Amino acid sequence: MADTAQMKVSDEVAIAIQSMNKWYGAFHVLRDIDLTVYRGERIVICGPSGSGKSTLIRCINALEEHQKGSIEVDGTLLSSDLKNIDKIRSEVGMCFQHFNLFPHLTILENCTLAPIWVRKTPKKEAEETAMHFLKKVKIPEQADKYPGQLSGGQQQRVAIARSLCMRPRIMLFDEPTSALDPEMIKEVLDTMIELAEEGMTMLCVTHEMGFARQVANRVIFMDEGQIVEQNEPEEFFNNPKSPRTQLFLSQILGH
Amino acid sequence: MSDAHAHSVAFVRETSLPPAPPPVAETGIVKWLRENLFATWANGLLTVASLYVIYLILSATMPWFFNGVWIASSLAECREILDGTTGGCFAVLTERWNQLLFGFTYPNELYWRPSLAFVMLFAALAPVLFFDLPRKLLIFTGLYPFIAYWLIWGGSILVPLFALVGFIVGYVVYVRLEKTSFAAGFFGGVGAALVTWAIGGYITPFLSGVLALEAVPSRNMGGYMLNMMLGVTCVSLSLPIGIALALGRQSSMPLIKWICVIFIEFVRGVPLITLLFVANVMLAYFFPPGTGVDLFLRVVIMITLFSSAYIAEVIRGGLAALPKGQYEAADSLGLDYPQAMRLIILPQALKISIPGIVNIAVGLFKDTTLVSVISMFDILGMIRGPILASTDWNGVYWELLGFACVVFFVVCYSISQYSQWLERRLATDHR
Repeated sequence: MADTAQMKVSDEVAIAIQSMNKWYGAFHVLRDIDLTVYRGERIVICGPSGSGKSTLIRCINALEEHQKGSIEVDGTLLSSDLKNIDKIRSEVGMCFQHFNLFPHLTILENCTLAPIWVRKTPKKEAEETAMHFLKKVKIPEQADKYPGQLSGGQQQRVAIARSLCMRPRIMLFDEPTSALDPEMIKEVLDTMIELAEEGMTMLCVTHEMGFARQVANRVIFMDEGQIVEQNEPEEFFNNPKSPRTQLFLSQILGH
Repeated sequence: MSDAHAHSVAFVRETSLPPAPPPVAETGIVKWLRENLFATWANGLLTVASLYVIYLILSATMPWFFNGVWIASSLAECREILDGTTGGCFAVLTERWNQLLFGFTYPNELYWRPSLAFVMLFAALAPVLFFDLPRKLLIFTGLYPFIAYWLIWGGSILVPLFALVGFIVGYVVYVRLEKTSFAAGFFGGVGAALVTWAIGGYITPFLSGVLALEAVPSRNMGGYMLNMMLGVTCVSLSLPIGIALALGRQSSMPLIKWICVIFIEFVRGVPLITLLFVANVMLAYFFPPGTGVDLFLRVVIMITLFSSAYIAEVIRGGLAALPKGQYEAADSLGLDYPQAMRLIILPQALKISIPGIVNIAVGLFKDTTLVSVISMFDILGMIRGPILASTDWNGVYWELLGFACVVFFVVCYSISQYSQWLERRLATDHR
């Protein structure tokens, strides 16, 4: 475990977030977030519901707009400039809790759509790439089916493959296993672990603490829109400093 | 299983049971009759009563239908032939067939032109309706409006040709300028098209003899042909306008949003007949003096605006039914707005909206009969006016109006059947 965590983290900054704030109306969702993510780092973000963890990673690819502070992804400053937003989005892959596959397209078409239209990849090449990543997530035989014919775990793996087809440098996961049956969680986590071992920069909102222990090199605990505690997983789970973290961990690890 | 196991609770299945066919119980027509028509005493009584009512209806209408007279020159002659027996006077349909289809002022010797345009309509619609057909056929669909215009209205081929060239020039300019910005492409394209049309407008009067068919003015169009022309034109125009309005209403740009909202709410708040009267009488004031915009065109504009507002609202329902995650997934993959709409959002939203859109298309097609109130002689106008008012056929209501019902039913039912096929064809959610 420990050697996985030490692997391939460089000094190169992938994401730099500085005193970022966000409000929904008058509600202050994110308060003064400062976070620097290095290339190759795997970060797990946890916290109670409503703590702003999903909102935080959705700000990184501008699905949510932040109102104050700055976010820099791969040296590109996230502003309201659509060109910058599109550039960042094509470099940052994202997986959602509810997969959000396109139900009117086959699995293969789901995977080739963005490369063809955004990257202008020739169709043939895009299909080859798509099959490569579908093999990687171990469902190449489903390529001609529609999302509705697949199980939840398979759909989430397709969603991961779809993101990978854009060759992203950073992957964001927004509770990727929360909508899955227990039997299917493992297959998705295995895929994510494999991805982590290849050195992908990952930010992952999840409550899978086993995954955090095994893969993450940093665990961040958020509450009320703030980063309450962050540490290496061993230290974070065995020796949490903040009483809020201790309470949270005692509740989710209680069983 | 041995006796030793029989009393124990523990159980392990060692062999899987093979699937068995259902019991061969009573099946077939007798079972169906007994279950559906004679299940109970009351049920049986109702069946007998219903059969009696059906018999009454058929015994009253069938002699009228089968004993009908198909060849006669007037109602009086019909009655003579029938000689007191029951029978419809369908001779009015055969004798006035051309008037019912083409109106009473379209030149007889030119009937082949709209007929040919009608036949070509099927070829033009096929690749749009059945998207498994080769996409190259769409080229003909694109050319069809200009061919049909030339065939139906006649005149020099230069008029539809310049119209077509205008669209092509506009599109080429749009593609060239769109790379710099959408606005430049849009206005550049529109401008280029207008310039082309203006040049065409100057040139065509001098060359009016080039490949000219005999010209037929709009006021000579009539009969069911007019209904078909209005129906096809307005449905095919109002769908794209409706989509644009629906997307505009969702726009984050306040100006566009409010233009769309006001347009939709205004049009939906006004009766169609009012708009048609406006088209007939007042719309001329809005065009430059002397242009004398054709009544047919004015009516097309009004019906199109009217139905596009309704279609916009139906599509808005489809857009609202899509999970927000679809927009987010499209965004997160880096698709821009037009791509996300065209590839992800609209295909799904339109699929959801099919029943609503078809509802409006069918309604629109039937509403084309309203033009008879502004003295256009569509099929209903022909029946109420020249045919029923003639001394020969005064009083033949059932046959004529029944015929109008049949021709509308055929088209509307076909649209409905097509839409149901389309829904099945597009079902990929496997729920």
